[in-house]
Amino acid sequence: MESRLIEILGSGCAKCEMLAKHAEQAAQELGLDYAVIKLKDPAVWARYGVMATPALVVDGQLKVQGRVLSAEKLKELIA
Amino acid sequence: MTTDWRTGRKPQLIVLLSLLGAAAWWLVYRSLEPFASWFAFSLLGLSSGSPLGSAVAFFVFEAPKVLMLLALVVFGVGIVRSFFTPERTRRMLAGRRESAGNVLAALLGVVTPFCSCSAVPLFIGFVTTGVPLGVTFSFLISAPMVNEIALVLLFGLFGWKVAALYAGTGLVIAVAAGWIIGQLKLEHWVEGWVYQSGFGSAAASADAPLTWSERVEQGREAVRDIVGRVWPYVLAGIAVGAAIHGWVPQDFMASIMGKGAWWSVPLAVIIGVPMYSNAAGIIPIVQALLEKGAALGTVLAFMMSVIGLSLPETIILRKVLRPPLIATFVGVVAAGILVVGYVFNLVL
Repeated sequence: MESRLIEILGSGCAKCEMLAKHAEQAAQELGLDYAVIKLKDPAVWARYGVMATPALVVDGQLKVQGRVLSAEKLKELIA
Repeated sequence: MTTDWRTGRKPQLIVLLSLLGAAAWWLVYRSLEPFASWFAFSLLGLSSGSPLGSAVAFFVFEAPKVLMLLALVVFGVGIVRSFFTPERTRRMLAGRRESAGNVLAALLGVVTPFCSCSAVPLFIGFVTTGVPLGVTFSFLISAPMVNEIALVLLFGLFGWKVAALYAGTGLVIAVAAGWIIGQLKLEHWVEGWVYQSGFGSAAASADAPLTWSERVEQGREAVRDIVGRVWPYVLAGIAVGAAIHGWVPQDFMASIMGKGAWWSVPLAVIIGVPMYSNAAGIIPIVQALLEKGAALGTVLAFMMSVIGLSLPETIILRKVLRPPLIATFVGVVAAGILVVGYVFNLVL
């Protein structure tokens, strides 16, 4: 089974929770072995070059920032 | 005929559907006023001179009108904003000098997608990559203050002059306040770790060019998100406005918030700064005040201090700014708002 490290960058706001939920759903539907980590430290966001939260990082790569995509769209980014 | 591979839809079809949609929008919009009169005075049989009649007609006309304007503008702005990501704005501002940089930052603040919850990462991204502190503040001041919801509601309820006055003075305050903060050289009041944090360049990869159907999709997303969030405030606001329209006597506010009362402008700012509301929530109050004789400058000052300066945003910014810099920021912007309030009360 393939594995993914999914990082959600955000302050814990409602949109961040929604993005985390959608990402988890996408990973489940893809049948991946995954872990979701929420990063709340702005210094860490800066290292990824993020200027709008929430942002999604998969295996160390920034995929999308400032938008809450649907689980369906996130599948393409996480797969 | 080319087919957009991402959606499978033909671009010609999208254009045709958009034109049909625009025509339908216009037809409905044009018939709102006759419909409201018919609804209140014929269907319900209310008298057009009575408080209840004018309140009902007001609500039935204004509520759909403002919601339709809001949906249209938010959609348009959503598409415009798909061209201006924060990353792109940062690159345009990096290394700019003061003055021209302040003007550009204030203008970009209007079109760049911004949410005050992202103020911290945006601030770090700007100041660590060569955007001067004062230029960064011009952006941070104009972005929340001059926003599409405020402009649409002002336009819809008071006409284009008030909307343009608000946008123009908001931009001037953002440029001037950012410039002053830049001149004061307050970099030492930014938290030390901010300048030490390395800013990654990974963002560029997530910044691939979009197709038109993706931009349209972002416009729709914006309508779902923003209109879906603010419509209860808009309706509540217009209901309050309708009640005031019908029942509160004319010139009720004139003695308290009229031009004659010099202390009304500072009072409006002092009350407005700690208040936090989105533009949609504040408009009904603005409407009520204006209609009953409050002076325009006083009302604009109140609205700007509620939307432009908010307690939650300053608390969020405390993560990256030391208290003296926060105090300077709030003080300079509040002073700008005061000047705008007085100038309008004198000139108009």
